[in-house]
Amino acid sequence: MSGTLNLLIGLAMGLNLIALGSSRLPSLIRAMSLQGVLLGMMPLLMEHERLDWRVILVALATMAGKGVVIPTLLRRAMRAANIEREIQPFIGFVPSLLLGAGGTIAAVALARGLPLLPEHVGTLLVPGSLAAILTGFILLIGRAKAISQVCGYLILENGIYLFGLLLIHSTPLLVESGILLDVTVGVFIIGIIVDRIQRAFDSLDTRKLTTLRE
Amino acid sequence: MNSLLLIIVPLVGAALAACWPNDRTRPWFLPAVGGVHLGLTFWLFFDPPVVPAEAWLGFDPLARAVLPAVSLLFLVCAAYGVAYLRIRSERPNRVFVTMLLAILGLLSAGHQSRHLGLLWITTEAVTLAAVPLLHFNNTPRAFEATWKYLLVGGTGIALSLLGSFCLGYASLHGKGEGDLTFAALTAQGTGLSHPWVVTAWVLLLVGYGTKMGLAPMHTWKPDAYGEAPGMVGAVLAGGVTTVAFTALLRVRAVVASAGGGPMADRTLLVIGLFSMLVAALFLLGTRDFKRMLAYSSVEHMGILCVGAALGAAGVAAALFHVWSNALTKGSLFLSAGNIRRASGSPLMDDVRGMAVLTPRSASLFVAGMFAVTACPPFGPFFSELQVVRAALGAGHGLATAMFLICLLLAFFGLTRVVFGIVDGRPRPTVRANSRKFVETAGVVVPSVVLLGLSLWLGLFTPGIVRDAWQAAVAQLYPTP
Repeated sequence: MSGTLNLLIGLAMGLNLIALGSSRLPSLIRAMSLQGVLLGMMPLLMEHERLDWRVILVALATMAGKGVVIPTLLRRAMRAANIEREIQPFIGFVPSLLLGAGGTIAAVALARGLPLLPEHVGTLLVPGSLAAILTGFILLIGRAKAISQVCGYLILENGIYLFGLLLIHSTPLLVESGILLDVTVGVFIIGIIVDRIQRAFDSLDTRKLTTLRE
Repeated sequence: MNSLLLIIVPLVGAALAACWPNDRTRPWFLPAVGGVHLGLTFWLFFDPPVVPAEAWLGFDPLARAVLPAVSLLFLVCAAYGVAYLRIRSERPNRVFVTMLLAILGLLSAGHQSRHLGLLWITTEAVTLAAVPLLHFNNTPRAFEATWKYLLVGGTGIALSLLGSFCLGYASLHGKGEGDLTFAALTAQGTGLSHPWVVTAWVLLLVGYGTKMGLAPMHTWKPDAYGEAPGMVGAVLAGGVTTVAFTALLRVRAVVASAGGGPMADRTLLVIGLFSMLVAALFLLGTRDFKRMLAYSSVEHMGILCVGAALGAAGVAAALFHVWSNALTKGSLFLSAGNIRRASGSPLMDDVRGMAVLTPRSASLFVAGMFAVTACPPFGPFFSELQVVRAALGAGHGLATAMFLICLLLAFFGLTRVVFGIVDGRPRPTVRANSRKFVETAGVVVPSVVLLGLSLWLGLFTPGIVRDAWQAAVAQLYPTP
């Protein structure tokens, strides 16, 4: 079981690097949504011995939310803004990839230093989560287009979700679904604001948002 | 049951306001719901219910010590909102009214949350509900501010979720159940795994500190407060930030029970003083009087953190300061909103002579400025005096000196901007613009009421309110 889980987490970590290296928005969104679907499958795998309808419901909702609803919203915003390519990011694609790869190694090393429960020692849950959080931060800081930053934010959220899987036995369903709902509504609102920024500034380049400063 | 009504009534009000067909009469929902909410809050305040330890939601002593101030502030702002939305009748107000009411309900839930996960969900929901309020003016500047608010606030709130998970794992790793209610976590105490508690504290401090607007995570605040309508600034600065502060107080109690109290207090003291210093320096430089209010808010959040770091006496002073800051800052935001509307610009380079053009709002603005910079006999003077006494009592001489220097610098910064826009001869463009703005009772009285409440709180702090603060301190510092 732990082997399959680690395989999925490893794939998710690979998708981090694809997200960091992609210069075109559609491939960034695809990497992010695929990662969301992988994450949604994990609770089913971890709980496969005592599967009940609530776990299945949360897993399906996660897969639908992260894999379908959110990417569709982002693609729509992207088409409305008529942009495909991220030109001249703040942190170049190769440096971001190197940072991401270095960060992944550091995450594995750091996770060794943290005290874990015996059943979590063999899994990649903690390093996977740290690596995704780091990737999210690199994208948030290093990309100029609003939609790329949103993808960064979502990958950051994915990392936190991975960490949350450590608590899968103890977190009540109500809390999990509340968190999922908040994230989805959050992206919906971000989508609206992205649309308004596009109309107000005729661009989604956040480098143009510099009126407000001291 | 009544504590649930505090959440349900505003949310039902929000739903009704969303369906209400008439833009002209819809704003009346604000004072109506605010009034019912205030009545319920004070009913619970005078007759506090017994909250079972394992309850997820409840009007516990900490909620009792803070929520009445938020409810009071909301009602006065709601009354202002009726007059304000009449002036702004060119903008549709359906979303504005609905979201303000939703924020009241979610704030009530956040203050009463006794479960880490529920607390996070409500705080995130408040963050999202505030978004449409920030870009009410529909200008490119407003959207820029909203974008920064979403990104910085969203990242902060994500980190606090990670911190909440870490605290849950600290419980699991310490052979606990992973139960995320504050009562269960505190009961586990030193059983919590120490490295995970420290990690959780850092992440939660950064996360909820972003929501409070502590430096260096305050960057969203000047933009958001600068571009949002004045009454939104008042609700955000006096209500939304306090949810994050009570969250930090609750988490600090858990960390202290796990043996991390001194570490938590040190970090709170450092981040509090740093926020005060950063705010004071920016106050000396800013030329925008609404951004000035945001930096002043950063400074007061710093004061709250310093108070929270100083043990039981300091926490009581900080709770006092939550009240005095909410009421005084509310008054200042409302009068600043009037001046902004009349002058058409927030910059002191364009705006001067407002004492001639809007005499009532200008005098309220000056009086509010003196109140917020802790001139006696207003509330902030007494609450900050208590913080200083707690600091000296705990033997933090150097910190006290720095605290006072920051207050002095902030005073210089605020007087510079406030007198810059109030004094002098108005420019012709501003004079022409201000003819469109009439200082009716509806936009002046709310600010007077809040300032009066601040004065009353300073001069005659009621015994029952003091008792409420002490009860909250007793909840946070249980005597073994």
